[in-house]
Amino acid sequence: MRRAVTLPAPLAQIPWQVILPIALLVAFGGAVLYSAAGGSMSPYASSHLLRFAVTLTMALVMSFFPLDLAKMAAVPIYAAVVLLLMLVEALGAIGGGSQRWLNLGFMVLQPSELMKPAIVLVLAWFYHGLPVGLIGTWRAVVPAAGLIGLPMLLVLLQPDLGTALAIAFGGAVVMYMAGLPGKWFAGGALAAMVAIPVAYFFGLKDYQRRRVTTFLDPESDPLGAGYHITQSKIAIGSGGLFGKGFGNGSQSSLDYLPEPHTDFVFATMAEEWGLIGGLFVLLIFGLVLRWGLTVARDAEDRFSRLLAGGMVATIFFYAAVNLMMVMGMAPVVGIPLPFMSHGGSSMLTNMICVGTLMMVSRWNKQPRGNF
Amino acid sequence: MEQRLSSNSLKETFDRRSFVVGAVQGGVGLLLAARMGYIAVAENEKYEMEAESNRVNLSLIPPRRGWILDRNGSPLASNRSDFRVDIIPERLHDREATVDLLSKVLAFDDLERKDLVERIENASSYQVVPVASGLDFEKYAALTVRLPELPGVLPQQSYARYYPTGSSVGHLIGYVGAPSREEYEEEPQPLLLTPGFKMGKDGIEKQFEQELRGVPGARRVEVTATGRRVRDLETREDIPGDPIRLTIDGPLQDYAARRIGLESGSVVVIDCLTGDLMCMASMPSFDPNSFSDGIGRVEYSMLSENDRVPLRNKVLQGLYPPGSTVKPMVAMAFLEAGLSPDASVNCSGGLRVGNRVFHCWNRRGHGSVDMAKGIYQSCDVYFYYFAQQLGMNVISDMARRCGLGQEFPLPVTSQFYGTVPDPEWKLKKYGREWQAFDTVNATIGQGYMLFNPLQLAVYSARIATGRTVMPRLILDGKTPKFGSMNFHGDHVQVIQNAMSDVINGPGTAGRARLPVDDILMAGKTGTAQVVSLSLSNGKAGPWKYRDHGLFICFAPFNNPRYACAVVIEHGGGSGSAYPIARDVMTFLFDPAKALDALHGFEKQWGGTAQKRLEQSYAAYAAAAGVDLPPAPAPIQLAEKVDAEARAAISEPATPVTDALTPREDPVASANGNLT
Repeated sequence: MRRAVTLPAPLAQIPWQVILPIALLVAFGGAVLYSAAGGSMSPYASSHLLRFAVTLTMALVMSFFPLDLAKMAAVPIYAAVVLLLMLVEALGAIGGGSQRWLNLGFMVLQPSELMKPAIVLVLAWFYHGLPVGLIGTWRAVVPAAGLIGLPMLLVLLQPDLGTALAIAFGGAVVMYMAGLPGKWFAGGALAAMVAIPVAYFFGLKDYQRRRVTTFLDPESDPLGAGYHITQSKIAIGSGGLFGKGFGNGSQSSLDYLPEPHTDFVFATMAEEWGLIGGLFVLLIFGLVLRWGLTVARDAEDRFSRLLAGGMVATIFFYAAVNLMMVMGMAPVVGIPLPFMSHGGSSMLTNMICVGTLMMVSRWNKQPRGNF
Repeated sequence: MEQRLSSNSLKETFDRRSFVVGAVQGGVGLLLAARMGYIAVAENEKYEMEAESNRVNLSLIPPRRGWILDRNGSPLASNRSDFRVDIIPERLHDREATVDLLSKVLAFDDLERKDLVERIENASSYQVVPVASGLDFEKYAALTVRLPELPGVLPQQSYARYYPTGSSVGHLIGYVGAPSREEYEEEPQPLLLTPGFKMGKDGIEKQFEQELRGVPGARRVEVTATGRRVRDLETREDIPGDPIRLTIDGPLQDYAARRIGLESGSVVVIDCLTGDLMCMASMPSFDPNSFSDGIGRVEYSMLSENDRVPLRNKVLQGLYPPGSTVKPMVAMAFLEAGLSPDASVNCSGGLRVGNRVFHCWNRRGHGSVDMAKGIYQSCDVYFYYFAQQLGMNVISDMARRCGLGQEFPLPVTSQFYGTVPDPEWKLKKYGREWQAFDTVNATIGQGYMLFNPLQLAVYSARIATGRTVMPRLILDGKTPKFGSMNFHGDHVQVIQNAMSDVINGPGTAGRARLPVDDILMAGKTGTAQVVSLSLSNGKAGPWKYRDHGLFICFAPFNNPRYACAVVIEHGGGSGSAYPIARDVMTFLFDPAKALDALHGFEKQWGGTAQKRLEQSYAAYAAAAGVDLPPAPAPIQLAEKVDAEARAAISEPATPVTDALTPREDPVASANGNLT
């Protein structure tokens, strides 16, 4: 069946089924940021929308990159981001204290954010090049583990546990989908269960440890570290089914909610829009992620498949951890909500993921053997 | 396990696993939706309430305290608008920095700063700590501007207690202050934690706390997380406390307090017809205005080091040997025991009882002395002689009838009631038999006898009227009726006439005559020795060794209306007491004339009592520097004063073993016609 309205070819090639939902979500995020700023476009909402416009353009440009270029660029991009991470670490050591970003003048760049798509890209490249017969051997694991471990270590040094876990998650999902034996993952899960207590007692900083204990029992310290979780739950819970109405959220406007425009933007939204607003956000994420997985499944070659699957996992990790955090199901780790939270690096990363997915989608539509 | 490894099988694996990943993602999505639904719908009510309690801050408005009025309806304690600053310790972020900034903005000196730190440290976290009150608008405004840097600091406009006559009413009215931890534990109400709320700590303020307090108002305010007020939602007005109307005559109280001057003592005036206590002045005193702002360490040190004990209410907690002021009572006891007023004895300056000689204050003797002369000339031998015949019990019974040693049902925080000694009491207390010299000492108001000035005033009123006058402090609109003392025949007139002769006849206090036409006053002088003759002659030398001066009186003589008792500690004899009594009584009949006299004195003394207190405070503060012990909490303060008072004037630990040798009455010698 043909469509009734036929768009011109270049426009028809643009995957509207993902851009439209994301644009809706960004616009919704803009509205929430407008309210969080006390009914003002500045400072959050306008820059949020502007960033989206810029990164969307970037993603659309990305989507025209050919497969060969992507494969060729995988290792250099990965190496460049690792170098940036080392640079940040070195600057931090010189400046005294930890540092996570580079000030480029026109924007503040967090290299650890760029590592999230970069790790997916390099692992997709790695498993694509790995001979099929080696997939069940150590040669499928050790180099990949190294590729994941190096940036994780650098990010942990910053220290930024949330981003390190995001990198690990993206990498692990690519490895899983690459077909590594299932029992290895079972073993890995077991090892993690052993490692978590060890990491808790020896790897975490005091404030991180407190966040974990607080997550387990937020009421133990309602005015201190548990404050964030408690206030976030109050905001979501008091919103009810339909919310308090646009601009009427007391939790955010009276400063009870910490970071109402970044990490806790969902709570800000839920207070004013209620469960309906929350379901809308979940639905959009569902649409975007489902489209992403469809793109991955439709992909012609192993590289594209793993690349797309990994990108979906990265976006998913962002959204899921953030939402679990604001609803009191995960510790406060400082991960923003894609497309809604105010923040340049997060927008950039997520739009890179979307751009990559659009790129894979475009490859899928091109006739086989064209490259 | 055999594995078919090929591109195709990997594609299958990918499909299978991407389905798993998708399923997991969908599952997490459903979980999140369910979780959100649970929070937002099932627990909605709970969180709505929490959001509301976040948003809305219910703050109590301290009620305006009821006024304390004098008998004419003028305020002895009122309220005035005030700018004040408090701290809520649990909201402080950085105590050091806050104190530093507060001290800077409010221009605290080192001592005030130290006091503040102390107060914060001693407060429990929920308690409100007063920082300063009575601020001028500039400081208040300067502080308000810097509030964002000062979390936990609470400036507000409220009402402060104001005592127009200051130190004159200090002991009587007491003062107010922020509730202490103990007071909160006793009465755990949110009002007691409200910034700016003060409760009575002493005197009338404490006794009538519940009546004066009123009902707090409430204000619902929308606040931000940092406690900044966004807007007022609704306000319920407070209900001011009830006023308390006292029998005290404000101007008289102030006059008497100021008239005591540089001396340490007390004046009680009682209305003979109603028992109304019109004046209960005790000086030196403290300024309840400044105590109500919080007691600073300089002030406390200055007051507690003063040997005149400005923290003690001498009217109720000062116990003194009454000296010769008991003689009208002793004479009344003789009359009631059947002694004729004309019965006389020859006074040759002493009386031999057994193998010892008891001296009269006048060593040259009074010649033939009957009862009237015994009183107006205060002849000791007359009383020695007839007391030997009639015994101690008639005297102690009469003392009790006259209200001496009695505790009166008054709304006061503490009342020491002293001792009426008799043989039974001595046996119980010391395990010794009553001796002849004990009776001798008692007839001249020495030895074991200890009374407070209030008792002396009641005694004076009962002699003046022959009725069982009971003192009262609250004006409730009722006119009390007093029964007769049941004195026989004209006995009471005999005593009254003799007391009149003390002043208007050939007595010891001619200069106590009122400078008012047609109004005669009757009275009795008293000089109470505090140490034996060998230590001091009682008139000069160290202040602590000087005799107490006492005077009781009533006026007008022919139709008694007011009775008065004056006790001057270590005044050097009755000559220090009766001029004060005379001026105070004059004030009742001719205020202008009395004030003229007072103004003359105050010029010599260096200003009013309040002014002198402020001057000595400034001098003390300048000299003291920073190394002063902190002031105790108000509750302990009251107890401390009581304890000190009790220790200072307790009965002798060992029984008195000798008769007292009375000194020459300085009044008589001053009068010139009796020596």
